[in-house]
Amino acid sequence: MPEEESAPVAEPLDLVRLLLDEIVCVKLRGDRELKGRLHAYDGHCNMVLGDVEETIYVVEDEGDEEEVKTVSRKSEMLFVRGDSVVLIAPQARSS
Amino acid sequence: MLFFSFFKTLIDHDVTVELKNDIQIRGILKSVDQYLNIKLEDISVVDELKYPHLSAVKNIFIRGSVVRYVHLPAAAVDIPLLEDATRREAANQAGKAK
Repeated sequence: MPEEESAPVAEPLDLVRLLLDEIVCVKLRGDRELKGRLHAYDGHCNMVLGDVEETIYVVEDEGDEEEVKTVSRKSEMLFVRGDSVVLIAPQARSS
Repeated sequence: MLFFSFFKTLIDHDVTVELKNDIQIRGILKSVDQYLNIKLEDISVVDELKYPHLSAVKNIFIRGSVVRYVHLPAAAVDIPLLEDATRREAANQAGKAK
């Protein structure tokens, strides 16, 4: 593929640049997900999100039955350290 | 460098640091370095009954790598400025890579 001089999406993080000031869904280590507005990011995937909702998935093992429960928390402004980040996606499924 | 500068603008604000072991520590942000190590003063531990280890401690240094989140006061964040700084940094990095 010929390289364009000002290709808007040349490397993976350019995709994240297009999500600035948009609602994103971030999957994290430890069965956590965040949904909020992306205000900042860097090359380590450190991020600042605004009006965030965090969802934690907890598996409760009751004998044979495994039940997945979710815990939700809200934060008005949140810095997320990049080493916990698994993936960043445009808002998936309106909830 | 973006987040180093960003955190420097938040010095003397009240923040809550959530660690990777789930402990949440609230305190006044007093200092930050390039690794995003953090110094907090006048701390209190959220859910102190569950995590009593630090009840006698007032000032702490937190190694950046053990931080999961930092909850920030929204009023202390200039969002347009932060987004512009992010775009500038992204453009810089793109320039360096070539």
